[in-house]
Amino acid sequence: MSAAARNLAGWASVGPALAWTLVFFVLPFAAMAAASLTPLGVDGPSLDDYRQFFVNPAYWRAMTNSLEVTAMVTVASVLLAYPFAWILADVVPERWQRLALMLAVLPFWTSYLVRSYSWLLVLAEKGVINTALVDLGLLAGPVQLANTRLATVIGFVHFFVMLLTLTIFANLKQLSPNYRKAAADLGAGPIRSFIHVILPLTLPGIMVGAFLTFVLAIGDYITPQILGGNNELLMPQLIVMQVGRRGDFASASALSLILMAVVTVAYVACARWLKIERV
Amino acid sequence: MRVLAIIYAALLYGFIFLPVAVLILFSFQATSFPIPPFTGPSLRWYGAVLSDGRLTAGLVNSVLVALASSAAAVLLGFRSAWGLAHFRLPGAAWLRGLITIPLTVSYLIIGMGLLIMFNAIGLPKSLWAAGVGHVVINLPLCFAIIYSQMGDHQLTIERAARDLGAAEWQVLLLITAPMLWPALFAAFFLSMTFSWDEFVISWLLTRFDTTLPVEIWNLMRSGLNPKTNAVGALVFGVSIMLAILFELIALRRRPA
Amino acid sequence: MKALLQVHDVSHRFGASSVLNHVSLAVAPGSYTVLLGPSGSGKTTLLSILGGFLLPSDGRIVIRGEDCTAVPPAKRPTATVFQDYALFPHMSVGGNVGFGLRMRGMGRIERDERAKAALEQVGLPGAFARKPHELSGGQRQRVALARALVVEPAVLLLDEPLGALDLKLRRQMQDELKAIQKRAGTAFIHVTHDQEEAMALADHCVVMNAGRIEDEGPPERVYARPATRFTAGFMGESTMIAGTVTKRGTIETVLGTFAALHKTSAGARVTLAIRPEHVGLARTRGNLGKGLVTDVVFQGSFKRVLARSAAGDGFAIIAKLAADSAVRPGDMVSFACDPAHLIVLTE
Repeated sequence: MSAAARNLAGWASVGPALAWTLVFFVLPFAAMAAASLTPLGVDGPSLDDYRQFFVNPAYWRAMTNSLEVTAMVTVASVLLAYPFAWILADVVPERWQRLALMLAVLPFWTSYLVRSYSWLLVLAEKGVINTALVDLGLLAGPVQLANTRLATVIGFVHFFVMLLTLTIFANLKQLSPNYRKAAADLGAGPIRSFIHVILPLTLPGIMVGAFLTFVLAIGDYITPQILGGNNELLMPQLIVMQVGRRGDFASASALSLILMAVVTVAYVACARWLKIERV
Repeated sequence: MRVLAIIYAALLYGFIFLPVAVLILFSFQATSFPIPPFTGPSLRWYGAVLSDGRLTAGLVNSVLVALASSAAAVLLGFRSAWGLAHFRLPGAAWLRGLITIPLTVSYLIIGMGLLIMFNAIGLPKSLWAAGVGHVVINLPLCFAIIYSQMGDHQLTIERAARDLGAAEWQVLLLITAPMLWPALFAAFFLSMTFSWDEFVISWLLTRFDTTLPVEIWNLMRSGLNPKTNAVGALVFGVSIMLAILFELIALRRRPA
Repeated sequence: MKALLQVHDVSHRFGASSVLNHVSLAVAPGSYTVLLGPSGSGKTTLLSILGGFLLPSDGRIVIRGEDCTAVPPAKRPTATVFQDYALFPHMSVGGNVGFGLRMRGMGRIERDERAKAALEQVGLPGAFARKPHELSGGQRQRVALARALVVEPAVLLLDEPLGALDLKLRRQMQDELKAIQKRAGTAFIHVTHDQEEAMALADHCVVMNAGRIEDEGPPERVYARPATRFTAGFMGESTMIAGTVTKRGTIETVLGTFAALHKTSAGARVTLAIRPEHVGLARTRGNLGKGLVTDVVFQGSFKRVLARSAAGDGFAIIAKLAADSAVRPGDMVSFACDPAHLIVLTE
């Protein structure tokens, strides 16, 4: 086959997917960018909706809320998941590991919506936790757990602990057991062997997992809407509100693009530690 | 040390299972509120779910959208992975990047973009629009899974088949597809679960005929309700069965 | 004898780097040719060009008198045994071996019969219904061989076919490979970096380095009378003595004058090489002078002795002595060789 014919065959097979991505992913971005420049009630192009983000404290607040919640979720999830994954990979006997892991991620199979709703049942004013604590005499009366930032964080952490346990477990299992043996042979106790050998070797995997957590959490509408309610808004809630309450596509577009930009900046900042550009 | 580990694991299992356990327990509630005290067991709310026409219609719609969009995503992902693995295309790294980039973008923003574009060209909301969105989110995933399986080994084997006289279509049909079957299957299955569970895009892009998650959302807006528990428990049960099926097929196909 | 396959002045470049430089080669029918060289020598590239997987930048490939340079792999009378065997993992052994015949439209019954015969030929009767992953490395190797042989190619190309096997199995498969080749009567072209493998298998040994053919000929000749210094070094270790060609055509060294066995121009700087098995101990003064033994390695059937010459710059002497030889490290002994075994290498 000549070089030109080979190239043609290559483009023919990559073409459809490429076209799909361009038409239904890149083009919508262009449409959003165009929409964001024509604010509601303003004639001609204007950066008004971007300006809004910086001058309107409610908008700015939504972004800082989002970043705070996402940071808390990422840190808490990694800190909870790592020891758990380590226990599954190291303490649980080999033949039970698969089952233990499958059990640990079982609630993945509930619908994402329903999982958040289930936490609402647990955290509600007359829900399981409040009832139990009051019955045990630990609380005089129910406290507000649902519709708080705490509820949003709990809901997120629940999901991402499962995700991170899965990735960190896979990471730990990939390590040759000889690393640990070599470290022990050279006189490192379990703790030093962990700090000097195991942790550095699994760090790249953790970084990828943490970044994934950040990206997925900051863009999610469902969990903050169901569990956090409207007491404090996160960016996705603000975006939906622009469309839902006001039909303001321009503002929604501008806020979406700003959120995208923040994720991109985070990606560029972490790119050094992330090797995911090589798919 | 060991005792600490066991306690920690038990606490985490508790945390992970608490909401699911509560969900399922109160789906059997006999009275109208899914909060303590437990008044069941009763199948009252399961009956209510199965006789709710909107929920069953949403279920059928969800299955159709998931099947169609996953098939399209696997097909597109396979064709592009194959093309990029076999030919040295100019800017191949950029092409791979472009095809996988939607993975890092929030579903909400993808859905919002499609909504604005469809609005601009006057395309009405429909299940088709939601399906298009589901292909956008699943294509990068299918591509990545299938592309990762197309190593040098795969290329040598196809080369061997060509050396023995196989035409391109025979290589594809007799060698490539059967060898990649586990990856194709995994990609299809993952796409199915993502599409099946996807809410925001469907919510933004459909109106009257809609998918199950959107119907569940509508149900949830009426507050805590054992009917939501029942439908959630049902979805969970079906998903678990599918997951076990997947596991069995994957295990059966794994070489000894 | 008319050549079955001819390589005419083939060159190949990957981008800016040149991997083959004006290579020409002829392969006789029924012969076993080995392309031998270090990695990066271009031997695998040449094999890919012969198999039709690579279009050379320059030159022609002629098989059975027909120009095949641009003919795709499937259409040329070659078949390749790949380095990692490239067995189809989802097909049975029989399905693998019969694949080429199936592509040629042969019916199932005849195909299976031929596949079974081919499996028998490579010493694997009864493996027909098994899957590749159930076989050992050596068995997979045989299946790959049977799969390529069953389509009756004029030339069989083998890319480092024994590379994945352990040493013992490799030596055993070597013998079988040679036997199978003689039985089948097909011309084999085999790429390897292992010179022992090359000597054991080849009728015609082609030594490659840096994209060129350094030397070619029967392995005995290439080993005993290498044409270049690279070939001498690659085919095995030697004692090397620097020298200069005198006007009378003899060679002057620190050890005195040696007769030159082949033509060299006066004044040229040359190296005399002597293979270890040709170096012996001398009772009195030997023609290789005295050396201080630095190392004696017992290797079962012989002892490998390393010594440093007492003469001049103290070149290294390598000798292969009888297993019962009493030489020890620290001994000062005289070495000698039969002048007929001297190899003269020009710089």
